Amino acid sequence: MTLARRILPCLDTDGARVVKGVHFEGLRDAGDPIELAARYNAEGADELVVLDIAAARDNRPTFLETIRRVAEQLSIPLTAGGGIRSLEDARSVVRAGADKVTVNTAAVEHPELITELSREFGAQAVVLAIDAKRENDCWQVRVRGGRATTTWNAQDWARRGVELGAGEILLTSVDRDGTQSGFDLPLTAAISRSVSVPVIASGGAKLPQHFLEVFTEGSADAALAASIFHDKVQSIRALKSFLQSQGVSVRLPC
Amino acid sequence: MIVTLIDYGAGNVTSVARPLRRLGAEVRLTNQPQEIASATSLILPGVGHCAALLHSLDAHSLREPLLAAIARGTPFLGICLGLQALYRRCEEAPAIPGLGVFPGEVNLLPHHVKLPHMGWNQLRSIRTTRLLDGISPDASFYFAHSYAAPAGGAETAATCTHGDEFTAVLECNRIFGVQFHPEKSGAPGAKLLENFLRLAA
Repeated sequence: MTLARRILPCLDTDGARVVKGVHFEGLRDAGDPIELAARYNAEGADELVVLDIAAARDNRPTFLETIRRVAEQLSIPLTAGGGIRSLEDARSVVRAGADKVTVNTAAVEHPELITELSREFGAQAVVLAIDAKRENDCWQVRVRGGRATTTWNAQDWARRGVELGAGEILLTSVDRDGTQSGFDLPLTAAISRSVSVPVIASGGAKLPQHFLEVFTEGSADAALAASIFHDKVQSIRALKSFLQSQGVSVRLPC
Repeated sequence: MIVTLIDYGAGNVTSVARPLRRLGAEVRLTNQPQEIASATSLILPGVGHCAALLHSLDAHSLREPLLAAIARGTPFLGICLGLQALYRRCEEAPAIPGLGVFPGEVNLLPHHVKLPHMGWNQLRSIRTTRLLDGISPDASFYFAHSYAAPAGGAETAATCTHGDEFTAVLECNRIFGVQFHPEKSGAPGAKLLENFLRLAA
């Protein structure tokens, strides 16, 4: 009877369709978000994350409709984000059916947004997404899809975000994202040790061993992946059975 | 089967209404005192900050009709904050009294574990409860909270442990409460809601 480590499939969308690409370039269609949501709900995903990676463009109503239709498929929690710049943006995503919202670039530019969201929805609904890239012997926070630098060190920003009201950290390694070479374990462990809230590791997953390592060496509370689930490289059910056989506490759906 | 969902503004009522409708219930959302007074069964969902819930109940004059309905034996289910609100006081909202149906205090879970307690966890049965009829003792439920009700009360039917043991399911006469989110807890969560609908019918 301990809290299970979570497996989170992520749907990166252009608003209407699931897309995939390395570092937001060379996007290609990876499926229908509604069908994928239903599949992951049935396969034992612990939560679903839906991100609008084309959020700068004018497809917001389409994304909100996607959230609504995805939420209808689910009996597990739904996190949504991408391009959330204001309390009003977050409200519309929650109204559409999301249980949690992620903030990234806008939170770096206006940290008080984290506090506003936390006051309105509660800390458990505010996920601070941090994109981190190794620079010499530390990790620097990147924004705008990993392309723009900031002056924040990832550990300091994670701690600050929690002080401001974030209830969870979604940590993406810019170095590992799309490489399928495994999670960034030192980064994940460093952030997980720095904050009192759960940390979701993201970027680099392919093999069951990668998930095992991120839950043990990386001290992650949850692990996120996208294309390996969409492309059926890895089934959630088989992954969880493997983790359980290795002594990791996971939820196996009845 | 008509079930009245108390829509106090902050709770994610839509996600609770959806599985109830799937189960065939007619769901009425309300923040009107007279509709709570005339309800045949009540659900108080809650998510976010306890002060927001209690403040909103008072702002809409719902405290009295809700307590009267509970006292009359109207079947009641509190979800997450809706369970916490049943207690005398919540550490998260010390200035606003809780509903005081149960005497304990809702306190912050210990700091040595990660908070919020977020994710899927299992229950320890303290005594039989009709809410868990037909649900495997190994079933997991989805939790997302930092404050929790004490484990030792007469109302406690099942507990969960995260840093400390706390009340995860309560049953007392026709008053029910769950700290987790059955509407987000897959098949076992849907079964629990179905059990409540059957008990309330």
